[in-house]
Amino acid sequence: MTTDTAEKAPTPATESHGRSWTGLGWGFLVKLLLMMVVNAFGVSAIMSAWNAEAWVILGALVVFLVVADWVYFSKRMLPLKYIYPGLVFLLVFQVFAMGYTAYVATTNYGAGHNGSKQQAVEAALIQAEREVPGSPSYPLAVVRDGDTLGFAITEDGTVEVGTADQPLEAVDGGKADDSGRPTEVPGWEIVPRGDLLSDQALAKEVTDLRVPVSEDANDGSLRTREGSTAKVYKSSMVWDPAADTLTDTESGVVYTPNDRGTFVGDDGSTLATGWYVSIGADNFVTAVTNPDYAKPLLRVAAWTFAFAFLTVATSFLLGLLFAIVFNDDRVKGKKILRTLFILPYAFPAFLTALLWQGMLNPEFGVINKWFFFGADINWLGDPWLARFSVLAVNLWLSYPYWFLICTGALQSLSGETTEAAKIDGAGRWRQFRSITFPLLMVSTAPLAISSFAFNFNNFTIIYMLTGGGPNFDDTSVPLGATDILITAIYQISGVQGGRADYGLAAALSIVVFVVVGIVSGLAFRQTKKLEEF
Amino acid sequence: MRNKIGMAAVVATSVALLAACSSGTSSDESSMTSSPAASDTSSAIDASGAKLTIWTDENRQPAIEAAAKTFEAETGATVELVVKNFDDIRSDFLAQVPTGEGPDITIGAHDWLGAFVEGGVVNTVDLGTNADKFSSVAVQAMSYNGQVYGMPYSTEAVALIQNTDLVGEDAPATFDDMIQKGVDSGVKYPFCINVNGEVGDGYTMYPLQTSFGAPVFVQDASGSYTTEVGMGGANGEAFAKWLGENGEKGKGYISTTIDYATANELFNSGKCAYTVAGPWALSSYTDVNFKVNPVPSAGGETAAPFVGVQGFYVSSQSANALLANEFLTNYIATPEAMQALYDADPRLPAFEGVDTSTAPFPDAIAGFQASAEQGVPMPNIPQMGSVWDYWNAAESKIIKGADPVKTWDKMITDLTAALQG
Repeated sequence: MTTDTAEKAPTPATESHGRSWTGLGWGFLVKLLLMMVVNAFGVSAIMSAWNAEAWVILGALVVFLVVADWVYFSKRMLPLKYIYPGLVFLLVFQVFAMGYTAYVATTNYGAGHNGSKQQAVEAALIQAEREVPGSPSYPLAVVRDGDTLGFAITEDGTVEVGTADQPLEAVDGGKADDSGRPTEVPGWEIVPRGDLLSDQALAKEVTDLRVPVSEDANDGSLRTREGSTAKVYKSSMVWDPAADTLTDTESGVVYTPNDRGTFVGDDGSTLATGWYVSIGADNFVTAVTNPDYAKPLLRVAAWTFAFAFLTVATSFLLGLLFAIVFNDDRVKGKKILRTLFILPYAFPAFLTALLWQGMLNPEFGVINKWFFFGADINWLGDPWLARFSVLAVNLWLSYPYWFLICTGALQSLSGETTEAAKIDGAGRWRQFRSITFPLLMVSTAPLAISSFAFNFNNFTIIYMLTGGGPNFDDTSVPLGATDILITAIYQISGVQGGRADYGLAAALSIVVFVVVGIVSGLAFRQTKKLEEF
Repeated sequence: MRNKIGMAAVVATSVALLAACSSGTSSDESSMTSSPAASDTSSAIDASGAKLTIWTDENRQPAIEAAAKTFEAETGATVELVVKNFDDIRSDFLAQVPTGEGPDITIGAHDWLGAFVEGGVVNTVDLGTNADKFSSVAVQAMSYNGQVYGMPYSTEAVALIQNTDLVGEDAPATFDDMIQKGVDSGVKYPFCINVNGEVGDGYTMYPLQTSFGAPVFVQDASGSYTTEVGMGGANGEAFAKWLGENGEKGKGYISTTIDYATANELFNSGKCAYTVAGPWALSSYTDVNFKVNPVPSAGGETAAPFVGVQGFYVSSQSANALLANEFLTNYIATPEAMQALYDADPRLPAFEGVDTSTAPFPDAIAGFQASAEQGVPMPNIPQMGSVWDYWNAAESKIIKGADPVKTWDKMITDLTAALQG
């Protein structure tokens, strides 16, 4: 449509369709419309960021939007017009994620350290406030006098009122209903229940209000949770913001914050809830030097390399073999056969892993029953057999990928070079070794490297098939013979059991990222040599 | 001229688009704030505009929805139910409450409590006027350091399930008695228990372990768990030996070839006389007649399974704490709401007086309840999260024929070290 009109009304060569005002100007209008949509979404996103008070996101959105408008309405930014959307995605999904992981790696964020210090103080106060044993449940009326809130209850038939500063005191002339809830308190206005439920600020004031039951603080204070009943509670913890300490009034222990995000008492005890703080490179130091992990991690690393390399090698060779066989003109029904070959690739990997886990069951699995005459071969229970099984299942999963790639690459090879070799008297093997294979490697080697990087972190197959087991007998950490680095990280950092140490996990992932990066970088250098053929 | 029409069209479209975007947010808000239904109480309480966010899983959604409807009608407040995958709630709650993005109330399992307290994400709750109607084991499970942090509503525990056509209805007196009956019935597998394949499953095996007097963690006088590992020593070793004797290299009653699906399949096809499973497995037993009994003792003491409790937690960062507590104490802790929760998703109720005869397997529910009564709460201390990997792996190794005492003692040593480190 756009090109049609543009052709009818030829424009000067220097002006693009997007700026064209000659003729109908559809090119410009379409761009304007698209940019309006972009701006509309951008502005609404900025508004929701404003409402959510997410200032960093708001700032980033504003920058992205302004730059977008500038790029697409400016005359000069031609290359950016093409790469800007890609750049935004790169920043949002790659750079941000990596930066955030790096940031988490320098903190102790994880179990017991997952909020701010203020929240840790609140938690300590919540945990220290206990119901006084045997406290009755008083039907409660929340009362106010101007801005002062108070609680009214009946004790032994008389209505009593108190505020935060004024302990409970009997008032004359108060009335209560049958349940004992005061209905009339002279000098005080009873706050309607609807107000309590609908006014968030008032509700918070009420739940935070503590009315001492007597002059003696040890008797405790009235407290309500839902605004209609009150019980006597006593807190044993006092927060002193000026001194930055929590004091246990019962034991007299004073808790001070340490630089690891924990309150430590002067008797050496610690409070349950901490907060997250920056701990610099400590996670990296732990990751590399902890003796409990160092040795098993070396074994795991060795197996990770073996696993990734062998997976790529075996699946590449098998895929290549099938590709060559099914590329031969004499094979009939190639299309159907090729489709069938691709099937394993189309199944979700985690389902396949579960399925194979069942098939490899020594007693009930079909593998032993059909192929090994019911022999009791414990495929996933013996360290070496388990490693073999993992490789075999992963081969089954990934050879179709290489079959596809190699088929495509083979079909794009020109027949002339092979023809020439044939005339020169080269045999089939010689043709394959000296011509087909090197030419094939030029296009497949980069894919082999990416496949290596993928399998280096192939969490799914390990986790779903063996869970990393069978466990090592001679280590003190629960790591197993088929654990690769990424499943070991999952295990060590406690994400598995729910006691996650995300800081350590992030640090370990970065170490693995560096290893994979170096290996891939070196490998890519090698592939450049292939292109010189 | 045509150019101008085009321009006008563009301007009109963009204005309409912007309007649609901005009105989108406001119409969302107004639709969420449903007007209070015309009932007598609504005139007294009008909390329109207040909004409560509750996390639930798919199974419990209809039940909580029913309670929420009454609540909405009587108070005018709005309840927003967010349906999540149950297993994700734990980590999401821990991660999101500190950021202020979490819910006011969430459904959850009691063994998450220690981590929640450590993370500072839960508030204490009051069970209200019906406090004495809650099962004491459930309240104890929802308590931490003597404070109640969750409102329990259901319990669950594994029990012995027996094929009545093969071995009758009588509960076996001991493990050996059970095996004998199973063998006499002539089936290939007198007893099958899920050990989760090579991974090992200390949870399902736990009643048999406690019958040797080897609890995971030692309980103090009040019933709270300490962080002292209790399954070491002579009792633990006796259990390990027993496990080895009945394992693959011994009598073969317990085998790592059995996982959850296999155990259910064997039992349902009548190839297995007894199995140990929880109420969640009942729907797999469509082809057999069965009865549920407490797990028999293998080591002489009571076979106490882990009792799991599910309930409601209130976020420590909730801006609507009063409303959330109002909802829990007056709209969940009532016989009607508890009944509705049970009808929507039959789990063993933790509230007295719930009529369980409506369940698909009323007799089975009674059996599970009997089993839960002799059970112990699963530890809710955060240290429990570190136990599973060591514990399961050691059991799996012993079942496969490793030296029981050596393997078990090494596990205790490693575990104790891991808990201290």
